[in-house]
Amino acid sequence: MGAVKTVTDATFTDEVLLSAKPVLVDFWAEWCGPCKMISPVLEEIAASQDSLQIVKVNADENPSTAANERIMSLPTLNVYQGGQLVKQIVGAKPKAALLSDLAEFL
Amino acid sequence: MSDVRNVIIIGSGPAGYTAAIYAARAELAPLLFEGAVTAGGALMNTTEVENFPGFPDGIMGPALMENLRGQAERFGTEFVTDDIVSVDLTGPVKTVVDGEGRSYSAHAVILAMGSGYRELGVEGEKRLSGHGVSWCATCDGFFFRQQHIAVVGGGDSALEEATFLTRFAETVTLVHRRDALRGSKIMQERALSNDKIRFAWNSEVAEVKGGDKVETLLLRDTVTGENRELPVTGLFVAIGHDPRSALVQGQVSLDGEGYVLTDGRSSRTNLPGVFACGDLVDHTYRQAITAAGSGCQAALDAERFLASMEAVEATHDPAQALV
Repeated sequence: MGAVKTVTDATFTDEVLLSAKPVLVDFWAEWCGPCKMISPVLEEIAASQDSLQIVKVNADENPSTAANERIMSLPTLNVYQGGQLVKQIVGAKPKAALLSDLAEFL
Repeated sequence: MSDVRNVIIIGSGPAGYTAAIYAARAELAPLLFEGAVTAGGALMNTTEVENFPGFPDGIMGPALMENLRGQAERFGTEFVTDDIVSVDLTGPVKTVVDGEGRSYSAHAVILAMGSGYRELGVEGEKRLSGHGVSWCATCDGFFFRQQHIAVVGGGDSALEEATFLTRFAETVTLVHRRDALRGSKIMQERALSNDKIRFAWNSEVAEVKGGDKVETLLLRDTVTGENRELPVTGLFVAIGHDPRSALVQGQVSLDGEGYVLTDGRSSRTNLPGVFACGDLVDHTYRQAITAAGSGCQAALDAERFLASMEAVEATHDPAQALV
């Protein structure tokens, strides 16, 4: 059962793109209200299962990752599998809706 | 079904939290459903609130909500950070079910679900959502540094967003269907005197165009019907809100626009023991302070209702009074 790990520009390739497991990346920033609301939900999901790794990237402090991944809205939740973007969820959603969106990875 | 509470409040924001403060001080031990991702309500997406009485230097929207929540908590409000997904409000004991499938019962329910962003409903809007189309200037403004962007709308939220976005953007074009703004005088003056804000009067967005991100807006002139293109990389939609009443539709009486109907100046709905407040009932004012005021009314109405049915006494056995 995992915790939500912090990933940066320096570690994004290793931790996300080269990960053996699918990884959900929560792009967030300090000034983003909906990001703060969704963060505990992601912690719960991380703690409840082991098949999807959940990490977060502070878009403000890691501009090159945010730019490379073409993030234009917060929160954005990207799921990567084998180095490829396979799922994108834009904006905060209730936990039940998130779980159903992510069902294939859980 | 022995655990029937006095009052359940659905929704946070200024209305729900204020209802909780009053209900908690009346020793009704309210249970408040904050919403899994909407906790704090619309003000969580704003920056500075300058017009809430008692804060002469202004206060950040999320900080104001944290204060209200803390005040409700201090007097014994219990919080559940989840959404209510179904309700049965018609009988004397009301039942609500949360996103995890747990059900809760109470003699009185206060509805404070607020309102959600209205969408334009045009081609390209959904597809490019998160790729240049945004509903949250404070969240996404940062990504539009030195770019040309647009805000659609003419009310206070549109003016506030446009003004805020000039911190980042090179220009902000305000697209408005009429030839005059609707917002308050102070917000109008701020927007009109801002060099970075341009105005596309008598214009509506007919289409959002772009490949994998927003490239241009197709604007239609509301007077002549002519189309023109506005090259922008971002579009912030601020054309108002719709009440979040879908949850209670079919049980609680709504008006033609989906607002919950209340009896006269009270917060009473058509169902005994069900009260409504905040943006859910308010066509007209839609301010943090009016929402807070109506939350207070709803709690007082609920308290009187419970006193009249002596529900308080019935549920005050020690085993559950302090749940």
